[in-house]
Amino acid sequence: MRRFLPRVVALGYLLVVLLAPLGMVFYRTFQHGAAPVWTAISSPEAVHAFELTLLVTAIAVPLNTVFGICAAFAIVRRRFPGKGLLNAFIDLPLAISPVVVGLSLYLLYGRTGWFGSWLTAHGIQVLFAWPAIALATVFVSVPFVAREVVPTLRELGDDQEQAARTLGASGWQTFRRVTLPSIRWAVVYGVVLTTARCLGEYGAVAIVSGRVAGKTETMTLLVDDDYQNFDLSGAYAAALVLAAIAVVVLVVMTLTKPKEEAA
Amino acid sequence: MSIEIRHVTKRFGDFTAVDDVSLEVASGSLTALLGPSGSGKSTLLRIVAGLEFPDCGEVLLSGRDATGLAPQKREVGFVFQHYAAFKHMTVRDNVAFGLRVRKRPKAEIAARVDELLTLVGLQAYAKRYPAQLSGGQRQRMALARALAPKPRVLLLDEPFGALDARVRAELRDWLRRLHEEVHVTTVFVTHDQEEAMEVADRVAVLNEGRLEQVASPLELYDEPASEFVMRFVGDAHRIGGRLVRPYEIALEREPDDGAVEVEVERIRVLGAEARIDLVDGSGAPLVARLRRDELEQLGLERGEILWARPERALAATAARP
Repeated sequence: MRRFLPRVVALGYLLVVLLAPLGMVFYRTFQHGAAPVWTAISSPEAVHAFELTLLVTAIAVPLNTVFGICAAFAIVRRRFPGKGLLNAFIDLPLAISPVVVGLSLYLLYGRTGWFGSWLTAHGIQVLFAWPAIALATVFVSVPFVAREVVPTLRELGDDQEQAARTLGASGWQTFRRVTLPSIRWAVVYGVVLTTARCLGEYGAVAIVSGRVAGKTETMTLLVDDDYQNFDLSGAYAAALVLAAIAVVVLVVMTLTKPKEEAA
Repeated sequence: MSIEIRHVTKRFGDFTAVDDVSLEVASGSLTALLGPSGSGKSTLLRIVAGLEFPDCGEVLLSGRDATGLAPQKREVGFVFQHYAAFKHMTVRDNVAFGLRVRKRPKAEIAARVDELLTLVGLQAYAKRYPAQLSGGQRQRMALARALAPKPRVLLLDEPFGALDARVRAELRDWLRRLHEEVHVTTVFVTHDQEEAMEVADRVAVLNEGRLEQVASPLELYDEPASEFVMRFVGDAHRIGGRLVRPYEIALEREPDDGAVEVEVERIRVLGAEARIDLVDGSGAPLVARLRRDELEQLGLERGEILWARPERALAATAARP
């Protein structure tokens, strides 16, 4: 019996905390068949929310991937003053509540904010439009790639990079041919986590978006909106789509990862 | 290509790794940098490769200043102690790397890689990954990889340090033969004096970042420039204020001029020769080496009191205080 205890605990925990709520959403969504689900997710508001979420994710993920790799390199391979600070700042979005992030963006880009007054004068709308939603999403999803790449890069060491340099490779060639292939799974995993975070962000986006249905509403906001308006089937359907995208991303990653490296 | 190191100093914080070293390596020679760990030998090699930059001093390659030159522009081949194999590439791709980044034509790369795999005896392993090779095979792959772009200098940092004794001996012979075949200027770092003496035609001895002596192996053994060199290159013992090699200690039963009283602590027969551990009056250990027949003739026994006489003391002339 004792032999089974760890796995019973682990599986039981996941069942209660993860699978039961997700299963409930799934069950409720299809309680009255597939037709109402389709109606709900093909409504103009839902399609727009879907597109907006994908747009914001498509902006935040590449930005934070490039930044994350650069930051990881700086932290592991370079010595410079302020390195500790950089290391700490990367974790900031994990420590600060998204609501606070949203509020600070609101203050900065609002009509009277530092950037906001200038932008308003030049007719550029940031707050209550997709740029603010993108900024909030970029902010909250900063840490993941860097946090995945740093330990891998450290463990890799710089032997192979030095060997590449003595063999005549430039800095870029060394990165592309030697370093990147060695850290690719850390990058992929970081990208998956970043994507999941971007899709699921609610708090910061809720504050800066203005929540206009069909205009500045992302998927998470739509779910909440439907729920508040007692449109439960709409909320369930949108939630299911959100969950499904996350699951697909995870499955794709697991399938592309070669067997011996998948731990 | 010749290498000229002029007054090179390198510090890491408070630690002076290389301290005003000047050294010339002739084109086509096979030189060993010999010293204990922390003597600065690896740092010096890395400075020649451009993997470290000196705080002061100059490095000249073929007479041209290369002090600030990036490693990829130096045309050196570097072999690391722990192979630094590209783990995600096959043996063939590892060896081809230096040619691919130089954008050589495909046919030329294929021909050159085949040539090198044959040279290091790894043709059958071309499609394997480094993780599927033994340590010795990995190091031979690393050598082939370093040689592929036809470097003008081959630098090896403790190349056999991570290998077991038998493979190490094999690779030593192999490196010696390779050098005779390829004739590229070669510098290798080692802490093993036997390895340095056996493989190199010139040996530079380093201690605490300073160059102690540069000489042929024979000169180094017979005419060490300092007590450090004498003690580091082969065993040496002090008898009555003079330094002596273990082979040059005569053991006698009667007191003699210049002889000191010693006690036999242990006798070990190692094939054709025997090693006698002795202690002198002050308790300092001393080792004498005798041939088997000499040992049998003397009929030595443990605990016996003898007289040790230096037959030929070494002239540690330039010994620093």
